[in-house]
Amino acid sequence: MDLHKQPAHVLHDMLKNKEIKAAELTQCFLNRMDSLDGKVASYITKTADAAMEAAGKADEIIAQNSEIGFLTGLPGAIKDNICTKGTKTTCASKMLETFIPPYNATVIEKLNAQNTVILGKTNMDEFAMGGSTENSAFFPTHNPWNLDYVPGGSSGGSAAAVSAGFAAWALGSDTGGSIRQPASFCGIVGMKPTYGRVSRYGLVAYASSLDQIGPLTRDVTDCAHIMNVIAGHDASDSTSINASVPDYTKSLVQDVKGLKIGIPAEFFTDGMDKEVAAAVNKAIEDFKAMGAEIVEISLPHTKYAIAAYYLIAPAEATTNLSRYDGVSYGSRVEGEDIVSMMTNTRSEKFGEEVKRRIMIGNYALSAGYYDAYYLKALKMRTLVKEDYDKAFAKVDVILAPNAPTTAYKIGSIINDPLQMYLQDVCTVPLNLAGLPGISLPCGISSQGLPIGMQIIGKALDEATIIKTAYTYEQSKDFSKKLSEVAQQ
Amino acid sequence: MKVTKKDVENVAVLSRLTVTEDKINKYVDEFNNFLEYADVLQQVDTASVKPTAHVLPLKNVLREDVIKPSLARELALSNAPEKEDGYFKVPRIIE
Repeated sequence: MDLHKQPAHVLHDMLKNKEIKAAELTQCFLNRMDSLDGKVASYITKTADAAMEAAGKADEIIAQNSEIGFLTGLPGAIKDNICTKGTKTTCASKMLETFIPPYNATVIEKLNAQNTVILGKTNMDEFAMGGSTENSAFFPTHNPWNLDYVPGGSSGGSAAAVSAGFAAWALGSDTGGSIRQPASFCGIVGMKPTYGRVSRYGLVAYASSLDQIGPLTRDVTDCAHIMNVIAGHDASDSTSINASVPDYTKSLVQDVKGLKIGIPAEFFTDGMDKEVAAAVNKAIEDFKAMGAEIVEISLPHTKYAIAAYYLIAPAEATTNLSRYDGVSYGSRVEGEDIVSMMTNTRSEKFGEEVKRRIMIGNYALSAGYYDAYYLKALKMRTLVKEDYDKAFAKVDVILAPNAPTTAYKIGSIINDPLQMYLQDVCTVPLNLAGLPGISLPCGISSQGLPIGMQIIGKALDEATIIKTAYTYEQSKDFSKKLSEVAQQ
Repeated sequence: MKVTKKDVENVAVLSRLTVTEDKINKYVDEFNNFLEYADVLQQVDTASVKPTAHVLPLKNVLREDVIKPSLARELALSNAPEKEDGYFKVPRIIE
């Protein structure tokens, strides 16, 4: 039995039933990383020694207990913008190349409480700015379905690691689609929870009003289990929501009878790839056949979401990234005086896209342009959010494509920033509105690349989108399809 | 053209970034491309719309003023590029 081909919940059952040891499972993933990650390049830092130590401890716990946590002894990967005490957290930036956090993010504390195994830190677009993982300051990550293609981004390393069988599960972060789009490009499941559902404490800030941590997994069942571990209020994050968290595994039932699924016309644009549109339309028909009620809806401000997002996110990034001044942590490049030291540090250690967003953000916030750009974008955010409020008065969930295309070739659009931004058309509205969304596979293109769709829910109603996604997944075998690298 | 070379130079100073002469025209073009695109926002009348800076209806999240353990000084300084006697060290500011 090839352990790496199994979803996390199957591996969990095997660990619990003492059919395998955590040490054996961890070694299996580490061996695969050693022999195959040279081609995929999903990890920035591999923590083999710590992983084996954690696996040994998990095995002791498993030996002594009949009930264990879902993630006990189950090897996973963490996006390299989530702080891990004692392990480098680089954000794929030269600015934080040697940064070793002195504390853990709250999600890491929650994982550790389950005695999980962390295999390493995954590659990403620098400071989570990008949609292809080509903006990593270190190296691009390759799509495990076809190594010439991007894995998506910014959580491209996490998505590729799960898809390639280099981790049983992973965490990523989603500011404008950075979990859902790479999950879609790599043929796996990714969830952006409601803003505030999962603590952001210890997540290196990009755009604080939009950032959210979430799971990338092989299937919906794994997603529900990991949401159970990471969701919940955290006093260390003042924007975390103090609301009770349901048991998401109770949503793993096949039932969409009478469920009202909204289909927003605005998401099916002319520029959309025909195969993507066909796959999503087929899924709509399948839901109908399973008893769901399909409702045409309109989200009229969707076409303004990208412009609003690419003003708001850089404005917040400008503020957040002002902390990289060569003083308290991160890199320093010397200069004659303090201003030249700071300027040299930032000029040399930030990559192109990060500099571009910092400057656009400063421009949008500067005197004379604030009202025309930043304030205008915040008002548009209100209108985008109101679109969803109105739609959710009529429907239970919304179904839409995840991206206008499947994965594209490495190097094909990286030199055209605006073209790159337009790829986020389907994902950014949710971040602006703070809503949860789950991405799951719904087809394979004629080129053999995965196609994904997203199911969008009401605020704090992750349970209903998990149930909807689970029902669809169980009626298909897309989640059982393995990437080229996972088959090796 | 909305953004000029001068604008990019100004915003670079505000951002504590140096933009080299060979890259400056590239930035001017990219900024203009993007801002031209962002002009779609002007099509919508938002005079009566309230801005949303944050989706959650949170205001002044307070907690009891209780002393709790905090990061040890040594740990807080552990990533500092330069430190001395338990302090961050920076280039001289005042002569």
